[in-house]
Amino acid sequence: MSAVRPGRRRLLPFSPWHLLLMPLSLVFVFPLVQMVLTSFMTSADINRFPPRLIPATLSLDGYRELFAQSNILQWLLNTVIVSTASIAGHMILCSLAGYGFARLRFAGRTPAFFAIIATVMVPIQLLMIPTFLMFSRLGITDTLAAAFVPWLASAFGIFLMRQFFLSLPKELEEAAKLDGCGPFRTFYSIVLPLAKPALATLAIFTLLGSWNDLVWPLIAISDDRFYTLQVGLTTFQGTRRTQFEQLMAGNVVATMPLIIGFVLAQRWFVASMAFTGVTR
Amino acid sequence: MAERRGVLARGLTGWAFAGPATLLVVGLSIFPTVWAFLISRTRWNGIAIPRPLGWANYRLMAEDPELWDSVRHTFVLTALFVPSSILGGMTVAIALSQQVRLIKFYRTCIFVPFVASSAATGILASYVFNPQFGTANELLRRIGLPPQQFLEDPRQVLVVICLIALWGQIGFTAVVYLARLQDRPKDLIEAAMVDGAGRFRILWHIIVPELRPVTVFMVVWQTITALQLFDLVYTTTRGGPLSSSTTIVYYVFELAFQTRRYGYGSAVAYGLFAVTMVLTVGTILYSRRSKVEAF
Repeated sequence: MSAVRPGRRRLLPFSPWHLLLMPLSLVFVFPLVQMVLTSFMTSADINRFPPRLIPATLSLDGYRELFAQSNILQWLLNTVIVSTASIAGHMILCSLAGYGFARLRFAGRTPAFFAIIATVMVPIQLLMIPTFLMFSRLGITDTLAAAFVPWLASAFGIFLMRQFFLSLPKELEEAAKLDGCGPFRTFYSIVLPLAKPALATLAIFTLLGSWNDLVWPLIAISDDRFYTLQVGLTTFQGTRRTQFEQLMAGNVVATMPLIIGFVLAQRWFVASMAFTGVTR
Repeated sequence: MAERRGVLARGLTGWAFAGPATLLVVGLSIFPTVWAFLISRTRWNGIAIPRPLGWANYRLMAEDPELWDSVRHTFVLTALFVPSSILGGMTVAIALSQQVRLIKFYRTCIFVPFVASSAATGILASYVFNPQFGTANELLRRIGLPPQQFLEDPRQVLVVICLIALWGQIGFTAVVYLARLQDRPKDLIEAAMVDGAGRFRILWHIIVPELRPVTVFMVVWQTITALQLFDLVYTTTRGGPLSSSTTIVYYVFELAFQTRRYGYGSAVAYGLFAVTMVLTVGTILYSRRSKVEAF
């Protein structure tokens, strides 16, 4: 559509698409900018009328109070642990299973794969009560395990890896087999190195999901020391509903790692988002 | 004999690969699904001995006004959210597929809210839409419009929650459409332009049909998103004001984790499960019949 058509006068010195894209971008980014700005405002600046959009003075009160009144650093550490465990679990378990379903023939393969795909239909609210009960019987409520066990593997991850392995040519693996490689050796030294793009997609998907998860840690963890950032933020919000400089400081701590990651590795994030949508 | 040993060894190898993940995924969903059904036929607070009730919890659903209110709220939210996220996402994707300057910057801006958690988004939104200190009212004031109560007004709250959800989800929808647009048939569009087709006709007759499989998929995906919307409700209104934003999911959460009515909560969850299934399967069948290969 960018081809210049002869005879058509241009009314604007720039493409008309900017008239749509510029305000849209502003709508999407402005709240995040405001989140950061507000986290550096004094409560006097926030609570005055009319409210200031740009801080008059930069203040660290919000952060000072946040660090003094909450366990935010502990929550950040917990979230990092939960996400790391989730990503490790996904990488190992889903790539193994994906390879198994794509390449190996064994009894029960098809029913097992269908059972996995069928789990996508089960809504989370149906799982909340029994999973909570199961975790409390296993004695893992109020531990970080309650937050990452549901994220160690997923139907999506298995499906993603299976699709990827199906798309690889079989010749390499057959050559490895002729050379006497067993299935594990073939998987580990031939196939897995080729799977880096798929593993990156999987890692980002798992990072986003586990870092931002609220439901599982919310129902299974009530001890403040084991909160993840998301649960910590919501309880912190409950105790100070209008101390926005503190709430926004907490939001900055919770969202900035992923936002910075997104800006630096946008290509991989977008690939991961797009693949989520290609799962059909 | 050797044959059977081979089958056995292959089976063991296969399950060694696929077993652990299968066990986790299926164990954490099929088993709880069955258990939830057993719980739904009892009266239970999680501590005392469950009392069997048969189908009484399911019958109770028919005459529970709070449940029907939450069904209505969920329906309104879904009806607002699904079409607007799809139209919005498609429009944004078409705009972002243009080759204009700054396009990378625009893409970054529009996609970035997707990585912010719903919890953080909800907390941010409760600030932006705060009637006294929020930016939204400040903007209205500057353009001369009266201030609104937003999340504190039972008549506005669902619309505002829908807007917040759109802020986070439009980028995702646009990414999926954009992926499709980038491998669309360029020849077809060029041929149409040579034939003198206007921009609008190209859009309507070539691009939109090209996107139909994505649209079918997005309808299912976003319907499920809307039906399961929990985090945003939890961090903006906790179902209020006056239960006017209690969705079905939030209602199940309240029943289970605040009033400890595990049996009835499970029954309601099953009701929602049934609705999700019917809608998903219905959309897939419809798209099959009209020959859109989305699934």
